[in-house]
Amino acid sequence: MSKLKLIIHREFIAKVRNKSFLIMTFLSPVLMVVMGALVVFLMKKNDEKVKEIVYVDASGLFTKENFKDSKTVKYQDYTALGLTETKKKVEKGDFYGVLYIPKKDSLELLAKSIAFYSIDSPGMSLMDGLETRVETHLRNLKLTHFEIDLMQIKASEIASDIKMFNFSGEESSKLINGLKIAVGAIAGYLLMMFVMIYGTSVMRSVIEEKTSRIVEIIVSSVKPFQLMLGKIIGNASAGLLQFFIWGILLFVISIIASAVFGIDMVEMQASKIPEDQLNAAKEAVNPDKLQLILQEISRLPILKLFVLFIFYFLGGFFLYSSLFAAVGAAVDNETDTQQFMLPIMAPLILGVYVGFATVINDPHGPIATICSIIPFTSPIVMLMRVPFGVSWYELAISMALLIVTFVFMVWLTAKIYRVGILMYGKKPTYKDLYKWIKYKG
Amino acid sequence: MYGEYVSKKSNEKTMNNLLEIKNVVKTYGDFTALNNVSLTIPRGSVFGLLGPNGAGKTSLIRIINQITMQDTGDVYFDGKLLAPNDVEHIGYMPEERGLYKSMKVGEQALYLAQLKGLSKSEAKKRLKYWFDKFDISAWWDKKIEELSKGMAQKVQFIVTVMHKPKLLIFDEPFSGFDPINAQLIAKEILQLRDEGATIIFSTHRMESVEEMCDYIALIDQSNKIVEGKLDDIKRAFRTNTFQVGIATTNPREVEAKLKQLYAVSPADFRIINEGLKLNVTLKKGENPNDLLSFLTSQGQVQHFVELVPDANEIFMQAVNKNS
Repeated sequence: MSKLKLIIHREFIAKVRNKSFLIMTFLSPVLMVVMGALVVFLMKKNDEKVKEIVYVDASGLFTKENFKDSKTVKYQDYTALGLTETKKKVEKGDFYGVLYIPKKDSLELLAKSIAFYSIDSPGMSLMDGLETRVETHLRNLKLTHFEIDLMQIKASEIASDIKMFNFSGEESSKLINGLKIAVGAIAGYLLMMFVMIYGTSVMRSVIEEKTSRIVEIIVSSVKPFQLMLGKIIGNASAGLLQFFIWGILLFVISIIASAVFGIDMVEMQASKIPEDQLNAAKEAVNPDKLQLILQEISRLPILKLFVLFIFYFLGGFFLYSSLFAAVGAAVDNETDTQQFMLPIMAPLILGVYVGFATVINDPHGPIATICSIIPFTSPIVMLMRVPFGVSWYELAISMALLIVTFVFMVWLTAKIYRVGILMYGKKPTYKDLYKWIKYKG
Repeated sequence: MYGEYVSKKSNEKTMNNLLEIKNVVKTYGDFTALNNVSLTIPRGSVFGLLGPNGAGKTSLIRIINQITMQDTGDVYFDGKLLAPNDVEHIGYMPEERGLYKSMKVGEQALYLAQLKGLSKSEAKKRLKYWFDKFDISAWWDKKIEELSKGMAQKVQFIVTVMHKPKLLIFDEPFSGFDPINAQLIAKEILQLRDEGATIIFSTHRMESVEEMCDYIALIDQSNKIVEGKLDDIKRAFRTNTFQVGIATTNPREVEAKLKQLYAVSPADFRIINEGLKLNVTLKKGENPNDLLSFLTSQGQVQHFVELVPDANEIFMQAVNKNS
């Protein structure tokens, strides 16, 4: 076995055998799914509690027709009892709250003076529901006042779903755009997390070798460059392994979870959306639409995305972890790393911000395009752009630049690493690091 | 200067020297760590590399280990220019040493042996030999962090020597060892030399130099100031001074007479009977027998010893002279 292979093997084994790796790998997907299921479960429980709301309509404009019961709210007409008495009942806890509609001269004035009384402050979705009900009825009243036929209005409502095409003949829709954003965002975010977690792991491993003073023994057998490269590759392999295990586990666990809890994934997504939109979403997810979503997902360039994710993960990881390795070599202990960490973390975080802020609005806008080509942000931003289709030459430039830059950075940081691992004592300054780069041999 | 020892050595056949360092210069920025240093290390010897802290010893050792490269100058190993593969024939125990704390002893030793070019099976065989020899086989599956410092040092020694290197470099090997283990290691080092290994022994603890080294070199402020066989150097540093003690009824008179003949200074050493104690320095060409016969004529000679400088004194003298 060559020495580099030996080092990679050791680093990989050391990483994979570590307890925190095992816990992270096998527990976090379980935790994620369990948490998700728990949230859905609790929301379901929450929804099952029906709120009773009464209304006192002094204006006489509303009927029971306007306050149809929903799944979570039941309405009762208490106009006969009067506001003061009804309020007392609410205070006693007989009802959740009372909606008071006073008598006013104009509908405009009325719209502004309706009040809701309750002991707890009501949630957003409850108030939204009440407002919608009041607004709809008042609007209808006005329309009738203008002698406009309500039936005509209903009949004139029409929904449009503009289909989007690009010139490679792919059909897309808003729905698939949302999917693309989600896929890109998850890929980009995942990449940043992996680079950070495994980059710091490389750094820790360097610091450990330094503080345990074994490093001088190792570099009397292998070149420092080999040691650094072996570390980076070993950690990258561990990262990829973890990524694959997560993928498989998430798949298996979500199948099991959906079987056990009886929760399908669509509901899991939808449950975070307020009630009214939920209904809309449910309407949208009729069997035809579900078919469409599956079709659209299958039409996403999954293989391309996967290959690019691996490429940008490795490229980004090599680039950043070589920097992490140099930082680890420069310092004696982890507390000294902070001043060097900021400039490394900044472009990573910038990448994610740019990704979320600009790619979502305009995936091919100038900032998104530039950031997907600059090597320090390109792994994240490009991954977010890829689902929207990126021209081959932009991809080629971005990938080539990334390769060139990481080779250069590995070479440059190896120089700092080589000197740093044998330096103890004073915490180096940036000036020292520059001096180390210039040392011969 | 003591250049004659260098020239004497370089007359010997090159193949008798395992390592030859020729005019090596190493600078770090503005700082010169090694200034044109040349050394010759004979095969099968224990070579003491001495010098105060910061003299350049570690820089030189790192160059031999190819951890760093010299700026100019050449290093010949076994008759050829030092090459990357030569690391497999060198064993190095640095002054600042350690092992992976959370790795098991056996795995770790196997890993380090394989980095030195041994196959896994061969490494296992050699490790078994050493672990049995030091009676530490039970530690194989223990982590280093579970061992005491002395125990870890034994493992450290094994991983340094297990690939049977031609050249062994020990930087302050006894620091961290208790006297019993230090003795054990010293014995092993000498046995390795007897089996044909060449040993570079870097230290500033002079008592171990007397005990172990055949040759020494002294480096001070980036320059080599002394090199050669330990006995030769001692001879060169002798001052022809004799410690004498005589029992006499009239010490003042004897001292006055001696002062007329030789350079005399008071001495302090322990003898059983009270008497006159002096250091007497002879001029070049004077025969110590003359001094002795003069002394016997004056009283009963109780003590007569030539003051041969020990390594420590040579070290101090040379360093003081250099600065």
